[in-house]
Amino acid sequence: MIKIENLYINFPGFSLKDINLSIEKGEFFVLLGPTGAGKTVLLETIVGLVPVKKGRIYIEGVDVTKEPPEKRRIGIVYQDCALFPHLTVLKNIKYGLHFNKQGSSESLKRLHRLVEQLRLHSILQRLPVNLSGGEMKRVALARALVINPSILLLDEPLSALDPNFKEEIREELKRIHQKTGITFFMVTHDFTDVLYLATKAAVMNEGKIEQVGDVTDIFQRPSSSFVANFLGAKNIFRGNMIKKDDRTFVDTGGTVIEVASNLRKIEGRVYFTVRPEDIIISQRPFSSSARNCYPGKVVEVINRGEVFYVTADIGERMTALITKASFEEMDLREGDRVFLSFKATAVHLFI
Amino acid sequence: MSNRREFFTIVTVVCGVIVMGFITLPLIKMFMSSSWSSLSATVKDKDVLKSIWLSVYTASLAGIISFFVGTPFAYLLARKDFPGKRIVENIIDLPMVIPHPVVGIAILSVVGRNYWFGQILSRIGVRVMGSVLGIVVVLTFVGMPFYINAAKDGFRGVSSRLEGVSRSLGASLFSTFLRVTFPLAWRSMLVGIIMCSARAISEFGAVVVIAYHPMIAPVLIYERFEAYGLSYSQPVAVLLTLVCLTLFLVLRILSVPKDLKI
Repeated sequence: MIKIENLYINFPGFSLKDINLSIEKGEFFVLLGPTGAGKTVLLETIVGLVPVKKGRIYIEGVDVTKEPPEKRRIGIVYQDCALFPHLTVLKNIKYGLHFNKQGSSESLKRLHRLVEQLRLHSILQRLPVNLSGGEMKRVALARALVINPSILLLDEPLSALDPNFKEEIREELKRIHQKTGITFFMVTHDFTDVLYLATKAAVMNEGKIEQVGDVTDIFQRPSSSFVANFLGAKNIFRGNMIKKDDRTFVDTGGTVIEVASNLRKIEGRVYFTVRPEDIIISQRPFSSSARNCYPGKVVEVINRGEVFYVTADIGERMTALITKASFEEMDLREGDRVFLSFKATAVHLFI
Repeated sequence: MSNRREFFTIVTVVCGVIVMGFITLPLIKMFMSSSWSSLSATVKDKDVLKSIWLSVYTASLAGIISFFVGTPFAYLLARKDFPGKRIVENIIDLPMVIPHPVVGIAILSVVGRNYWFGQILSRIGVRVMGSVLGIVVVLTFVGMPFYINAAKDGFRGVSSRLEGVSRSLGASLFSTFLRVTFPLAWRSMLVGIIMCSARAISEFGAVVVIAYHPMIAPVLIYERFEAYGLSYSQPVAVLLTLVCLTLFLVLRILSVPKDLKI
């Protein structure tokens, strides 16, 4: 779908070095990285706004490296939305239709559907200055989608939004992605977005791609210390959610974990995390309010001075955080048999 | 501390009054000195009307030419960085700092009979010396920098992201300019045309070198002052000032954003 080969960009102030990426059709690809990593430059290079001197970009197998942006059919939604300030919401959305005449009755249908889906009816005649942050995002999405792009690029679409708008737009993105099957390429620095939305992710730093892969791979097996430090998160798992009687479980393939069950979604693939400080290590099983208690073997101990990260294999590798005092009291070593316990409510699900 | 600030406030106000007086007093005195009878006689004077009309329309032409030629160039300067851009920008500003008669002489040296360009022009029957064309050439030369700089600032004020989004939606560079950049920058462009024409209509030194005849208003005023004295040239000056003020006021009102209008 999108294929980038040996891409180099060099401008005063920013550069991309040897970018190689391959993104499948229909994927929700998320690009992570600190500020100044070159994420936006990469997006703008894919759209065609940054001239390429070295390297190739293919879209659906066609070399578009030298094509102007208007020939690429790639939608883009910027963080600040970049709505045309002199046009009403309706004219903003219809903008692309002037230039994409093919099947105009179909595009009009798509326009109506988007207006309905994104609940834009009541604001169609307003100017962008009179819109809230969430409304602006929805308009920008509709404007990009109305030309039925093959790829939608999103530049930190959820930052700078109020928390409740953020939630709403995140849901919207997921729904649109599932419904349209358009390939999404999103830049973010929020891990929630990655876990909630991404089917595949990459981490970028200083103009280079540090790691590409499945979301769990990146979190669980960071390929460089930069990725590990940047993500900082441990205990991220993928599994299938199962409902049994009144209780909800996630089967990761390696183990089955009980989770809090007040959720809309009942079955299917989910990501979940457990914070290391929420996990109790014991040498004997004990009964408590914690719904989850698993036997395992210590596989790794990391000394951080006053605290220790102890990783045990319970079918999945799970890391607990304990104090130096508890560590010494239990006298833990690699290979020891232990029990890990945590409450079902300590499991954070990303559906 | 507060005393010092008060002292400075007094200085600002005093300087403000001096500047206002400096600008308005000569103008007010000039207006007061010309009687109604002499003014109405001037309005009926064919030579005066002809010269004012010539001034207005050559200056407008300078503005319009600057608009057509200067707009794409101003856009280029606003959007692209290239080696030597600083030098190019300084060259554009040159007409603003060269003494006016020097401008006339410089243009003359290119269009005169001693230079190949001037020879070509005279061979195909184009006369620059002493013609309306010559006046327009001079006025465009001195006015163009004002238009280019104003338009460039206007284009810089339009986010290039908006243009990027427009291109991604299928619009070519030219359609993007027409549909996004122009509607957002036209006020700056209009202000640029006004400033260009205002500069052009006030030009005297360069025009007398190239074209004493046909007479534009400043040349006519100068001639009457030289030949007949102050009182005879004043009514023409008043009339020219009134025409200019009215025209620029109308254009200025047009260029004020809607929501700022009172």
